[in-house]
Amino acid sequence: MDKLELQKFATKIRIGTVEAIKSRGFGHIGGALSICDTLSVLYKEVMKYDPKKPDWTDRDKLVCSKGHAGPAIYSVLALCGFFPYEELKTLNQPGTKLPSHCDKRLPGIDATTGSLGQGTSQAVGIALGDKLQGRDRKTYLIVGDGELNEGQCWEAAMFTAGKQLTNLIWIIDWNKKQLDGTTSEILEPFNFEDKFNAFGFDAITVKGNDVEAIYNALTKPIEDRPRAIVLDNIKGSGVKEVEETVLNHSMQPDPEKFDVWLDELKSQLGGM
Amino acid sequence: MDIVYTGEQDSRAYKSVIGETVDEIIQSDEKTCWLDADLSNCSGTGGNYSKSDRYINCGIAEGNMAGIAAGLSASGMKPYMHSFAPFASRRCFDQVFLSAGYAKNPITVVATDPGITAAFNGGTHMPFEDVALYREIPDSIICDCTDVPMLQYFLKNAKDMPGVKYIRVGRKASYQVYADDSEFQVGRGNVLRDGDDVVIIASGIMVHEALQAANKLDMSVAVIDPFTIKPLDVDLIREYAKKCGHVVVAENHNRIGGLTSAVSEAIVGIPCKFGYVAIEDEYGEVGPLDYLRERYDLTDEHIVKVCESL
Repeated sequence: MDKLELQKFATKIRIGTVEAIKSRGFGHIGGALSICDTLSVLYKEVMKYDPKKPDWTDRDKLVCSKGHAGPAIYSVLALCGFFPYEELKTLNQPGTKLPSHCDKRLPGIDATTGSLGQGTSQAVGIALGDKLQGRDRKTYLIVGDGELNEGQCWEAAMFTAGKQLTNLIWIIDWNKKQLDGTTSEILEPFNFEDKFNAFGFDAITVKGNDVEAIYNALTKPIEDRPRAIVLDNIKGSGVKEVEETVLNHSMQPDPEKFDVWLDELKSQLGGM
Repeated sequence: MDIVYTGEQDSRAYKSVIGETVDEIIQSDEKTCWLDADLSNCSGTGGNYSKSDRYINCGIAEGNMAGIAAGLSASGMKPYMHSFAPFASRRCFDQVFLSAGYAKNPITVVATDPGITAAFNGGTHMPFEDVALYREIPDSIICDCTDVPMLQYFLKNAKDMPGVKYIRVGRKASYQVYADDSEFQVGRGNVLRDGDDVVIIASGIMVHEALQAANKLDMSVAVIDPFTIKPLDVDLIREYAKKCGHVVVAENHNRIGGLTSAVSEAIVGIPCKFGYVAIEDEYGEVGPLDYLRERYDLTDEHIVKVCESL
C-alpha cells in the first residue's frame, strides 16, 4: 500500500469528477467528492477487476447505492481504463451512458441506483447469489448517511448480518449533509457505528480522507460478522469552496468556478 | 390446446401445486431460487426449505425482497419471489419497477390471493389494482392464472423469460379448463369456445364464470382467455370484436387499469358494443368468497346480464 499514490489517485478521481460536472455545468458534486478517497483505495489496492473484461464473473462488484455520486464512479472507472476518459464529458448529455445516477448499462457499473435505499438490497442479492453459486468475489456497497433515512437500508442491513453475508462490505459515507441540510437537522442519525454493531456487523469508523485507515478497514480479516465501515467524512471534500457551501448536494456555480476548483485540485496533486 | 372444462372443481389446490412445482424447478435448475417474505407456509413452499439453500426467507420486508431478487438476477440467478398480491405489487412496486425492471434484472413475481380470493384476510389484503401497476412496467409479462396447468406452465417457463413476470393466483382449488401438461404462448390468447354474437374475454377466476354464463345465454357466445394480460393478444381480440360486434370483459380486478382497460385499448376503432364485469373502482372488504362474488357482481349471472344488455 503506497499512501502517497493513493492520495494522488484520489485527487485524480476528484479532477475527473469536477471535469465531468463542469461539462454539464451542474451536478451532485458534494457527495461525489466525499467518496473519492475510498474509491482510490478500492480500485488501486483492494478490488479484483480487469477493465478489459467487465463481464468477468470473478470481478469484485461495487454498488454505489447513493447513485447521485455517479460522476465519481465514472471518473474512477475512466481512470482505470473501463472507457475513454474523454467520455466523462458526456455526463447527462442526450444518449449518454453516464446519467446523473449510476446505471449498469455502462460497463463497470454493477447496479442501477438513484432511488435511494434500493442499491442496498441489490447488493445483498448480488452477494447472496455469489454465495449460492460458490463464487469467490466480494461486493462493496457505498451508502449515504442521508440515504440511511430510507427504511429499506435497514431491512437490507438486517438481512446482511442475519444471513452472515461476509462477502458484502458496507461503506457508509457519513458526510453529515443531505439535500435539505445537515443530517442532524433533517433526521438525527445518532451513532452509525453503534447502530451497525447493534445490527450484528463488525463496524469500524475511520476518517473519510485517510487512505491508510480506509485501506486497513477494508483489508482487516473478516470473521463471522460482516464488515461495516463508517467514513467520518466531509461533503465536498478536497475542494474548499464546495466543503464550505452549506447546501452542496447539487451545485450550479458560475462556470468559471469549475476552473478555480480544478486549479486547486491540480495544485494539490502537484504538491504531493 | 385441449379444453377439458366440465364445470367441476379441481381436486388439486393451487397452494400444493405451487409447492410441488417450485420444488421441481429448484431441483432441476441450479440457477433458480425462491424468496418468500414470511409467507412460505402460505405459498405452499414451507416444507421445501430444508431441501435446498436456494429457498430464502427474507422476513417481512417485501421491498427488500424485491431488491434482493434483482441483485440475485444480476449475479446470474433466476429468482422467484412470493407474497400475497397486495404486498407483491403495491408494497414493493418501486423496487420491482426500478431494481428489476429498469435495471434489466429479470425476476418472476408470484402473487397469491388476488382480488376477492383474499376473502377472510379482508380489504387490507385484497388488491384490485395489482395488474394495473404491473401493466405500467415496460415489457412486463402478466398472467391472471386460470387453472393448474396454466400455473404449472407459467411457473416452469417464466424463469427463462426476460423482464418482470407477474402471476396472480389463488391458493385454493380452481376449475380445470386446460388439459394437463398444456403449453401456452406468451401473448397468445386461447379461444375456449367459439361464437358469433358476443365475445367474453375473461381471466383468472372469471374464466369459469364466463364459461358458465356462456351456457346460460341464449346467443352464440365466444369465450377467450388471454393467458397473458400483457402482452395481450390484440389481433385475436380485434378479430373477435369485429366478428361478434359485442365485447364483454370479466375480471377479478378494478375496471381501471386491468383487463377491462387493456381490451378497451385493444379494440379502439372497431365498431362494437362494450361491457364489463369488474370491480367498480372500490376497495375490498372481508367475507366468504361466495359473499364477495355477489357483493362485487363477479358472477356468471352478472355476465349474462351485461351480455344481454348490450
